[in-house]
Amino acid sequence: MSTLTKFSAIPYTGPAPTNREPYVPANVAQTDARGEEIAAKISNNALQQERGQDMPSFSVDRNAIVDVLTSLRNSGFTIPLDLFGVDYPRRSGGRFDVVYQLYSPQANERVRLKVRVAEDESIPSSVGVFKGYDWYERETFDMFGVKFEGHPNLRRILCHEMFQGHALRKDYDPAQRWLLTEQGVAKLLPKIDPKFENVDTDFERVTLNLGPSHPATHGTLRIVVTLDGETIIGADTEIGYLHRCFEKMAETHTYQQVIPFTDRLNYCSAIINNVGYCMTIEKMLGIEAPARAQHIRLMLSEFMRISDHIICIGTNLVDMGALTNFWYLFQPREEILGLVESCCGARLLPTYTRVGGMAVDAPADFLANSQRLVNMLPKFIDDVEKLIMKNRIFLDRVIGVCPISQEDALSYGFTGPCLRATGVPYDVRKASPYLGYETYDWDVPIADGGDTYARFLVRLEEMRQSLRILQQAIDRGLPPGPVIVDNPYVALPPKERVYNEMESLIYHFKLIMHGIQPPVGEAYFQVEGGNGELGFYVVSDGTKNPYRVRVRPPCFPIFEAYPQMITGQTIPDAIAGLGSLNIIAGELDH
Amino acid sequence: MTQALLMRYLLWPLVKFLGAFIVVQAIVAAMNWVERRLLGLIQARLGPNRVGWHGLLQIVADPIKFLLKEDIVPSSSEKVAYFLGPMLPLIPTFMVYCLIPFGPPPMFIAARVNVALLLVLALTSTGVYGIILGGWASNNKYSLMGGLRSAAQMVSYEVPFGLSIVGVLMICGSLDLVRIVDYQANNAWNLFPQIVAFFIFFVSMNAENNRTPFDLPEAESELVAGYHTEYSAMKFAFFMLAEYSAMIVNSCLVTLLFLGGWTMAIDGKGLTTQQLVSMGVLGGIIGLAIFLTKMMFFMFVYIWFRATFPRFRFDQLMDLGWKWMIPLALGNIVVTGVFVLIGQERLMYWIGLATLGAIGFHIFRKPVPAVKAKTAHEVAHAS
Amino acid sequence: MTPAFAVFLIVGTIAVASSILVISMRNPVHSALFLLLTFLCVAVLFVMKGAEFVGAVQVLVYAGGIMVLFLFVVMLINVRHLPDEKVLSNFWKGGFAVGLGVFILFVAVVRPGVYHDEQLDKSRLTSVKERIWTESHKNPGTYTYRRVHRTNANSEAVGMALYTDYLVPFEVASLFLLVAMIGAIVIGKRELSATEEETAQQFILERVETEKEVKEAMSA
Repeated sequence: MSTLTKFSAIPYTGPAPTNREPYVPANVAQTDARGEEIAAKISNNALQQERGQDMPSFSVDRNAIVDVLTSLRNSGFTIPLDLFGVDYPRRSGGRFDVVYQLYSPQANERVRLKVRVAEDESIPSSVGVFKGYDWYERETFDMFGVKFEGHPNLRRILCHEMFQGHALRKDYDPAQRWLLTEQGVAKLLPKIDPKFENVDTDFERVTLNLGPSHPATHGTLRIVVTLDGETIIGADTEIGYLHRCFEKMAETHTYQQVIPFTDRLNYCSAIINNVGYCMTIEKMLGIEAPARAQHIRLMLSEFMRISDHIICIGTNLVDMGALTNFWYLFQPREEILGLVESCCGARLLPTYTRVGGMAVDAPADFLANSQRLVNMLPKFIDDVEKLIMKNRIFLDRVIGVCPISQEDALSYGFTGPCLRATGVPYDVRKASPYLGYETYDWDVPIADGGDTYARFLVRLEEMRQSLRILQQAIDRGLPPGPVIVDNPYVALPPKERVYNEMESLIYHFKLIMHGIQPPVGEAYFQVEGGNGELGFYVVSDGTKNPYRVRVRPPCFPIFEAYPQMITGQTIPDAIAGLGSLNIIAGELDH
Repeated sequence: MTQALLMRYLLWPLVKFLGAFIVVQAIVAAMNWVERRLLGLIQARLGPNRVGWHGLLQIVADPIKFLLKEDIVPSSSEKVAYFLGPMLPLIPTFMVYCLIPFGPPPMFIAARVNVALLLVLALTSTGVYGIILGGWASNNKYSLMGGLRSAAQMVSYEVPFGLSIVGVLMICGSLDLVRIVDYQANNAWNLFPQIVAFFIFFVSMNAENNRTPFDLPEAESELVAGYHTEYSAMKFAFFMLAEYSAMIVNSCLVTLLFLGGWTMAIDGKGLTTQQLVSMGVLGGIIGLAIFLTKMMFFMFVYIWFRATFPRFRFDQLMDLGWKWMIPLALGNIVVTGVFVLIGQERLMYWIGLATLGAIGFHIFRKPVPAVKAKTAHEVAHAS
Repeated sequence: MTPAFAVFLIVGTIAVASSILVISMRNPVHSALFLLLTFLCVAVLFVMKGAEFVGAVQVLVYAGGIMVLFLFVVMLINVRHLPDEKVLSNFWKGGFAVGLGVFILFVAVVRPGVYHDEQLDKSRLTSVKERIWTESHKNPGTYTYRRVHRTNANSEAVGMALYTDYLVPFEVASLFLLVAMIGAIVIGKRELSATEEETAQQFILERVETEKEVKEAMSA
């Protein structure tokens, strides 16, 4: 018998399934009290507190949303984390919930606002408050048809312009097919930056398409730039070429079946996505993975983070013509993927975690292999640093290239290394620790300037900090015990028991056919992904399928700011900057 | 009489040219394999190792592949110019082989011209036509930008390239490559008195060949493949052939101008031209071997550079050329002129040697730690 | 017919034919290419007359430099589609007359006896002083520099002529070129707009600190 689970099917002493009961988060009294404080501070009549949520929540009248957002921003909630819709077609008094989530780096807390809106109503656009809400509002419009009044460019973002209907509405039939052609689609022409508007030139301006299939985009991104000589005087981006409707697919699958889809979000660090999703469901179920599973999750997350940064740094340097770093760095990355493979058999898209733990236990030589990797990686990081960080050509190519100010980065909703490169020490692992990150001794690297150079510095140092965490994790050793919770309503019984025991067979059948059924309610959980805060917002209606899964992809707001970052720069700078942002198309386009 | 003349002026040079041509083409083909294996070695991977012993048959497999691939001509291209693009840079590069002495004369030189160096420069300067024509004729924005970048780059770097040679000419007093080599055998390598010129020549020669870190015209991540984006099959191979041939020509030039060519002598002692000629066939072979060894070293440095450096941005490249290389080359001419005027060439050798020593000391001293990111913890404690 | 004359005939014919094609091609890029061919043929003719230096300079300057810039401009303005009909300029008669006049003048000037001035003292042009490293006459076995007069080096001859007899015209010409270059830079330089200038300065200020840190670290 493996350490998978000891599985005490008879008699099961744990809590009975609570699938029709409302979800009660931990520390609900504390959260509600904090919510009252915030409401008192804002003191807006349109604000109504919703109690019993996992973070201070308010429902807001749609006409007052801009005021509320402004006063929240002024009271410290400076990062717009997310904006999305939830569809309740049979509800009276407004069909859609438009959910805004904000984060305050000073107070280290989150707040959620909900705006109810009917199909024929519209919401005032909040682009003026947070720049990052531009694309989020477009996405909500694209997916739900919610209109935002005063939005400068309210058109579809993820779906094709000839797509009919709104995909995430509950009454949209996913089996429909549309013929999408290039004809009839408006040509994308970037707006020329007012700074360069009055520059007269003897040569005509050239509009150049970088992508969707271009060697520098590493995925299917499309950047349209207007050039004056080699200077970019206007830029626009088009995304959605890799849109697979992750969120709609999640609604038609059971909770376990969604896990493989999360792999495909940020495929460079897939296990972090697995962990984030599973921990969200665990939060709703009120369970916690066993210590051994948590330890494996933490170690693999850190390895994945290193691998993610390796890809970012490597490909970025290839874009700048430095081939060696890429090949050289891919060697440890291969080894990291080999470690993942030894755990679960898959390399890039492992689907290793399950709700409540891990699919299988880590192999016996897991710690030894990890130690070998941890011993080997510093040399690679140091070598690459030696190769580039004192190279005058490299420094000239990255210092001051594609900079973004701290205010802009916050306003766009940057998280992760790109935000830390502007000097904000926000890291989910420190701010709201999970998997026991608070028990490890490590630092959050930051840099000034927010340019490509700063992002390089932050990523290189972050790999070292991850190694620090890993070394401590290896020294502590894997805790003994099972790797998945002992709960037949969440975890599958082992195969031998299924074949031999009636009860196990029944539990297996029930779990496969009816799935995990979390309590009714909604929960948001965030982990630190390779690119920043990776959050999952799950609404459960008590059935086997999630009612709504929303993923907060960290790339989304970062790429949104990209046109602003490259305006006034040259094409090689834009390419160098794009590489340093580490845009993963799978994550960007959901 | 006529027969003897024909032999001397037509047949014999032709045979020698063909010999040089075949040898150089063999080196080009081999370089393809050597470059990939060497890059593999530097980048901790293998490189081609499947076809034949250690992948050596790759040298044959690649041309076969190029020959058999479909030759795609974009429908909106300018047909004649599109066709001429890959051909044009090949002709001057091949012509240069006639002028380069690969070993002690008169055996290893097809045509000895008294302004050989100038003619070599003139011919290599026309290599840019293929690139701009190819870029323009493809009717593709990336190609055009690649072509124009390349033209601007090559025209700009031709200036320091030419100016850096002037110092050598002032010391040696001849444009004849054989006499430049003889002068070095009787004194010492021009590398020492013309150390500045050597570096300028070397950098500009990288830029002339569009090699990393100056490979902007074909910067794959920015311009897809630059001027040869639309080229396929043999036409693409011709561009590659021209690039590698030009690399070999430039390596030959730097060997002849700064490293004493086929000789291995200081102050007239050692393997001078007279010594080698007097040794007959064996001397010729030794001279050729010395020359090829020096040349291959520079080919290796080309590859080494490619594995080490990121590429420049266009304005930085222009800055380097116009604001650093050209003034430095002019300064070198003035300084060399002063030394030649006062008849103190010998002093320059010692200055050059001292400079080389200083550079070596700089390279091998204790490494400087790189700049690192601050951590939030440090920042909090510093304030 | 000597081989040299045969080569002259072939190359000369190509030169004349391609120079006619320069003005008759519709596509400016093709015209430029034929002009290039003309330059190369003329360079070959120079080499055949023993003027290797001039030939090489012809290729280096005209083919390698000026024509590239020509092509550059032609490609940037990108005149690809011109009307296909063949038209003759309205002034063709006048043009033809002027051309004929110049040709007659040319033939009148360049004719045997005028061009080859036998009276010219060519010793200055064809011989140069040179220091060579040879075995000493006085003490055999030791090597020393010796000044010798050497003939038939035409790059030296050109240099001698330019820097002695024609020094003043040469310097005046180079001064003119310098003035032209400065003028071109002044005309071509684009004024920064007010906002651009502002942002540029701000940008530099912002970055100074990091740059300095890097330099300090590199020089530490």
